[in-house]
This record gives sequence, C-alpha cells and structure tokens, in this order.
Amino acid sequence: MFVSFNVFGKISYISETKVADFVKYLEAGKIMATRCKRCGKLYFPPRADCPNDLSEDMAWEELSGKCKLLTYTTLNFAPTGFEDDVPYTLAVAQLEEDVKVYTRLSKEIKEDEIKIGMDLKLTPVCLPNGRITYELKKFET
Amino acid sequence: MRVAIVGVGQTPFSRGCGMSIRELCFEAFREAMEDINLTPKEIDASIICSAPEYDKQRSPSGLISEYLGLTPKPTFYAESICSSSTTGVKVAYSFIKSGLHDVVAVIGFQKMSELSSAEVQERMGRGADIQWETPFGSMMPAGYALYAHAHMQKYGTTEEQLAKVRVKSGKYSVLNPLAMFQRVLTLEECLAARVIASPLKLYDCCANADGASCVIMASEEKAEKITDTPVWVAGIGSASDTLSTTNRTNLAGLTCTIEAAKQAYKMAQIEPKDVDVAEVHDCFTIAEIMAYENLGFCEPGEGGKLIEESQTYIGGKIPVNVDGGLLSKGHPIGATGGSQIRTIVLQLQGRAGKTQVNGAEIGLVHNVGGIGVYGNVIILKR
Repeated sequence: MFVSFNVFGKISYISETKVADFVKYLEAGKIMATRCKRCGKLYFPPRADCPNDLSEDMAWEELSGKCKLLTYTTLNFAPTGFEDDVPYTLAVAQLEEDVKVYTRLSKEIKEDEIKIGMDLKLTPVCLPNGRITYELKKFET
Repeated sequence: MRVAIVGVGQTPFSRGCGMSIRELCFEAFREAMEDINLTPKEIDASIICSAPEYDKQRSPSGLISEYLGLTPKPTFYAESICSSSTTGVKVAYSFIKSGLHDVVAVIGFQKMSELSSAEVQERMGRGADIQWETPFGSMMPAGYALYAHAHMQKYGTTEEQLAKVRVKSGKYSVLNPLAMFQRVLTLEECLAARVIASPLKLYDCCANADGASCVIMASEEKAEKITDTPVWVAGIGSASDTLSTTNRTNLAGLTCTIEAAKQAYKMAQIEPKDVDVAEVHDCFTIAEIMAYENLGFCEPGEGGKLIEESQTYIGGKIPVNVDGGLLSKGHPIGATGGSQIRTIVLQLQGRAGKTQVNGAEIGLVHNVGGIGVYGNVIILKR
C-alpha cells in the first residue's frame, strides 16, 4: 500500500518518497535508518539510493535512539506555520551508530539544563491530527 | 589572457526604494558604466542573478536584459541563493577566458519587500532540507545559531566577541551612504538586544533588503581600452557542502569556505597573509568569525580573539568588511556578492574614500550561499 510521507513533522513539504515506510516504522515506535547492502554504509536520515555504488539495494535497520547533543538553538521567532510553538529548541545530535539527527529538543528539557555533550534519546512522538515526528528527550537509564 | 573587472555599481540597499526590479538593476548598471569607455551595445552577454523564490517576475533575465538595452545579445540566469552574483562572476570569467564573449555584465538584484515578512520566512525555512529539517521549523538564523553554539563549545568563543563584530560593522556603516543601517552600536546595545535564535541576538543578524549590483568584466585586450584602472581576477574558487546539517562533518566552520579559499589562493599564487583588504559573508556575526578562520586570516578557533584585538579594523592585521558588511548594509540576496566586489574594486582603485585601506594591492571577496552550502572566494589584484 502507498504510504504518504506528508504526516511527518509539524509541517510536511513532500508526500512521495521511496523511504516513506519510515513513517510506518515511526508509528510502530521504531526509528529506522537504511544500510546499503553492497557497501555496508549506514544512512540516517534514511536514503533510498547509495551514491557510493549507485545501488538501491538497501535494508531498513533500527537505531537505538541513544545519542549525544552536538549543538542547539532556542528560537524566539519562527517561520510561517511554526509561530505557535515558540519558543522551541532545534538541535543536532550524534547517534551511537555514528549518524546525526536534526530535530526538536523536547520541551521537558529546560533551557538551563541544556548542555552540549549531554545524553539524549531520539524518541517517536505523536502530534495532533494524526501527524508523527521524533524528538530528543532526556536519556533515562 | 587575464580577465578584468572594468566597472562596478550598486544601488542603495533599503526598503521602500520606490523602484521595480528593472529600475533597481538599471541604477546599478548606470554606476558601473560611468566613466568607462563602453556602451551597452558593446556588451556581449549578460548574467542576471537572484534567488528566484523571492521574485514575482518569472525568468527575470529577459526583463532585465531588455530594460538595460542588452538585447539581442545572450542573457543567462545564475543562482546559488546568497552567493548568486559571485557565481555569476565565475560564469562570466569562464565565458571570457574561453573566448566565447569578450565583455560580460553580471547584474544581481533582489526585491524582498514585495513579499510579506511571513512569506520571506517561509521561503527561507525551505532553504533547509525540506524532507528532514524544514518540518521541525528551521530558518536561516537557526542554521547559523547551531554553528555559533558549536563554535563557542569547541573554541570558547563568547557572545561578547560576536557582538564586537557588529560594533565594527556599525562603526564603518556610517561611512557608507549605500548601507541600510547607518548606525553606530555599542557593545552593551548589541548584548542587550532580544534573542532571535540563541545565542544570536537581533544585532547578530543581517536584515533583508532591496537592491541591485553590477559588475562588468572584460578580456585583457578589451579591458585596456575600456578603462585605465582595470582590476584583475587573480583567483577564483568555488565549492559546495551538504545542504543537510546532519551530513556535515564540521559544525564549527564552513567547509565550503575552506575548499573555495584553497582553490582561489592556489590560482592567485598568494597566501592569506598577502591579502590587504577583505569582504567576507557576515550574514551573522558568527559567520564573520568563522570566515576569519576558514579563509586563513587566523588559526581555527582564533577568530574571536582576532576581533577582540581589533585586528580586522582598518590599521589592523587584515581589514574586513570596512563598508559595514551585510550586517549593516542589509542583504538583498542576489545583489550581495556584486556589492562585495564593488567594495574591493573601489579599494584597489583607491576610490574607497574615508574607508580606504592605504596601498591596498590585493583584495578578497568571500560570498556564501545558504548555511554554508555554496562558497565562492574571489581574489582581485590591481
């Protein structure tokens, strides 16, 4: 069945992509990367095509979600469509599988608690109106 | 065969200029054509540069070429967002060097005030990866703010050092009649301004503006007939980096700048210390600090110290953005690179007035598109 990508994130800008199954996995609580079956390279965000060997022979692979904060910014001013969320924090984190993620930092984490290098967990989150996303939450052992 | 810049022009950068895009481009073109021995009919080709998502006019090249009287000569369109007009200069250089065209006009423009601020912000957000980054609410200041926090963490750069870049910009802005903000700012004012995207505050960010720029280039043979003061393109380098933040290897510097600079220095056979005056892409204060490092004006991590010690003022080790830079001039996307080139050409011709760097022989222009996606570095010699 055709899976539409346009439920991903606060606002989506595309509906069709060869990695639309990502959303299906996310709804099942899994954060998936793709791995090229030929060269073995892991891609996150997932890619359908490997530029190393021009292959589209890829396998889905679940990530642990365990990551460390690389950098962040808290926005007091938002682009069109995101105004209601202000202030919100965007962050880049390094996953333990040696790939990076760009997403929101959970509002559960107060601004004065944010420290570059802190342990985080990339976690699927349901949004209103059937939308789905992932965000960085505190890492609980 | 060398390639020269024979004419440069720029409109004031402003909002509410009372001109349409064709008229803005004409004004920049008129200044570039002043005092040189060249008529519009002797221009062999034109390259029009803007970021099309801000334009109401579809395919502006035809319109601009017509209004400037450049038909039936070929006209082309070049785009790399904020670095569009230096990309146009690179294309013009290639045209001339290949012998396809002898005299080429590069015209950059942007009229952002025809769109509402919300429309502009929406388009800027879509400058990030629309599949994996824009859905979270990305925007231009946020992109550079991520670099700022990473730079501060890695090198100990401070918010005061960022603010000092804007203080320098303000000092020179009042000497540039074409700048949108001609205002001296104190360190305290900069630090007390409201936060836009932490750690970047209001005065750490440049502002959208309307404006146009023009650079006229010619072959060596033609250049010597057109003007007595040609400025030579000694080096020209370009590079790209991943559009997505997640695939960047360095979050405390711009790889596209490092790569483009390497090419330009090699071609010009000079070293960073040979540069007498530079225009760098200071869309945000952190961008100027990273540029100092990535262009080799100081070691990585020493950018904050360089501004702290006022080494980028006139009289310092390397004067940077002595026209006020994007931070004070405003940033009409497609026009910005041409404006930077104009500043360096005037410096090398000894026509920079109150901001003249005495004896400037070698100048550098650094123009970046997006959040370090496209980088152009151009070295000019008199």
